Amino acid sequence: MIDNSTCRASPWPPAPDPWPPAPPGVITELGLLFSSGRPRELRMDRNPGTSRRNLLRACFAAALPAPAAVPPKSRVVISRDPSLHPPGPRSPDSARLLTVLDRAIQSLYDADSPIAAWKRIARPTEVVGLKVNCLSGRGNSTNTVLVEAVCERLQQAGIPRANIVVWDRLNSDLEAAGFPVSSRQDRIRYIGNDAAGYETDLAIYGSVGSLLSTTLTRTCDAVVNLPVLKDHGIVGVTMALKNLFGAINNPNKYHTNAGDPYVADVNMLPPIRQKVRLTICDAIAPQYEGGPSYMPQWSWPFNGILTSRDPVALDYIGWRIIEQKRAEKGIEPLRNLKREPAYIATAADPQHRLGTNDPNLIEKVEI
Amino acid sequence: MDRRAFLKTATLPCLAACAAERALAKPAANDAQFTIEARFYEKLPYKKIKCKLCPRECVIDDHERGYCGVRENRGGTYYSLVYSRVCAAHVDPIEKKPLFHFAPGTMAFSIATAGCNVNCKMCQNWEISQSRPEQVENTYLPPKNVAALAQQYHCYSIAYTYSEPVVFSEYVMDTAEAGRSSGVKSVVISGGYIQEEPLKQLCRRVDAIKVDLKAFSDKFYKEVVNGELKPILDTLVSIRKLGTWNEIVYLVIPTLNDSDQEFKSLARWVKTELGPDVPLHFSQFHPEYLLKNLPLTPVPTLERAKAICDAEGLHYVYIGNIPGNPAENTYCPKCRRVLVERVGFEVRAIHLNRGKCQYCQQVIPGVWDGLLHL
Repeated sequence: MIDNSTCRASPWPPAPDPWPPAPPGVITELGLLFSSGRPRELRMDRNPGTSRRNLLRACFAAALPAPAAVPPKSRVVISRDPSLHPPGPRSPDSARLLTVLDRAIQSLYDADSPIAAWKRIARPTEVVGLKVNCLSGRGNSTNTVLVEAVCERLQQAGIPRANIVVWDRLNSDLEAAGFPVSSRQDRIRYIGNDAAGYETDLAIYGSVGSLLSTTLTRTCDAVVNLPVLKDHGIVGVTMALKNLFGAINNPNKYHTNAGDPYVADVNMLPPIRQKVRLTICDAIAPQYEGGPSYMPQWSWPFNGILTSRDPVALDYIGWRIIEQKRAEKGIEPLRNLKREPAYIATAADPQHRLGTNDPNLIEKVEI
Repeated sequence: MDRRAFLKTATLPCLAACAAERALAKPAANDAQFTIEARFYEKLPYKKIKCKLCPRECVIDDHERGYCGVRENRGGTYYSLVYSRVCAAHVDPIEKKPLFHFAPGTMAFSIATAGCNVNCKMCQNWEISQSRPEQVENTYLPPKNVAALAQQYHCYSIAYTYSEPVVFSEYVMDTAEAGRSSGVKSVVISGGYIQEEPLKQLCRRVDAIKVDLKAFSDKFYKEVVNGELKPILDTLVSIRKLGTWNEIVYLVIPTLNDSDQEFKSLARWVKTELGPDVPLHFSQFHPEYLLKNLPLTPVPTLERAKAICDAEGLHYVYIGNIPGNPAENTYCPKCRRVLVERVGFEVRAIHLNRGKCQYCQQVIPGVWDGLLHL
């Protein structure tokens, strides 16, 4: 395979939160800590010399291998409420969904309150893009009630509504999913890439060469990824990683070989890698077969959401949920159908390091 | 001549040219006018379809598109979104295609729509071939208008080129029919990645097909083209059997498809399966798209490719993209005299008489009736 990579992967585990929780006693503004902490004192030892015992100890210590660093676990929070979505075509209960979302985000960030958690996702001056998935109309697109809940919490965290952009590939897809297309600058914007446009220079990584949406590259400072948990007839499953195909001009080119390594490569493109800060996967009524089109006979009331900052871990957990449901229903596993989502493992490999698919390194929290 | 007559003579051609430019530049507004039901597909359960146009056979869900990006499943019916949706239109010499045994010295009204069914890392037209139709500027040009414009610009043929005509095959077929009824021929410039049935229907309507044979190894097709070699070879054999005029272009890319063994295998296959008279063009590669890391093909490499194929007994082996190279000329395989002298896209002299060498009367295969237009 020809490698025309122009980007370099940053190492896994990822860098800690850009704004870690403030230690007790440190005053922060809007919950964001910009100080690097108390300056270290310069210590001067009265006796700079060392004894023979200490010298030997130091030499042996240096010769011994350092203990292996234990990478932090990637947390995936599954938040559910059995009464979230009433049977039938009605929308989910907005108050319950807000609670489900609050519990998930607060748990994911170990925050004192949901708003405190949201404040750690973006600064008030930043433009936050919500990348929804609208391919399947109202039936199986990112639920509008979930997006409204996210918008509400972002605003309460200090993000002005004019700094929130809900986007996907096409205006017509957004409209079909129930989002009011609007590019008014003083309100929440809903805009498709077809209206916003694409960059004219290629973004290249590995097997992928694409033009990126200008909404991603120019408008947004941060992105919250809002995919839907569902089966996919070609690449196996579609969630966090696959949803970013909606940021490129030529997703049709990258479905061969069950999307491997293309899905992982697309997620390596710098604007995607640098700007996506959180995934909130809509699992209110996921679909275990027949996707990505809406097939109500194969969807079931999971009544929840999956959230993580690690898209690979989230996809791995979501894939297991789909496989478990398929097994329950007596449907063959994806591997037998030659559409096992191998791209999830590729996204975790040493060339990509987009996250982890190792169950031992994933902390699954169910609330 | 009075002043009025002089102004009329001087300005009318300019006004006509400007009007044509304006007609071509007019942006398209209505998507519905470009949408027709695709001709080659199979309906599957649950509103899925299987595309039967190219060997890829995409199985496509509702609301999704195929690999080419220009065909969409809408509620279980498959549509082409590029019928009459032209994103490039130029008047080119036929030598630019290149077709060297097809009416040399004539012009081709050349059109393209967005989309392609492969993804070559060296594509020089990736801005249109790798885009969806709504991502490029388009002009509405129904088949009859194309035929009329070709006549207006004194073009001997209409060329379907730049991107991949297979993905707009419905439009090609209808335009070729419109052209034929107006006395304009049609030529297709293609990668040849097409199923047999649509190929048959295409061959019935067009007069020549130039196939870009990207390499002679399946590895190259898999890694650089995102396709397969065998269907292309099958296409070449089918075109031969169907009797449509065919030429082959092989873009020589340093380190990727330039070994002696590959040239030798290619030459032997062409001679055995297609015969020694099929023109074979070795073209120089220019760094483009995803292969900007490789250099221009050295001229000696192209000359080596030609020498190998000459030695294997092919009669018409050319070197392309090197203006002034003697291997741009057509030579009589019997008396070795120059029959068509070329420099770049320009034809300087033709020494053919009704398709025969004017010196030794050797029959030279090709389509030569267009010479009347010279």
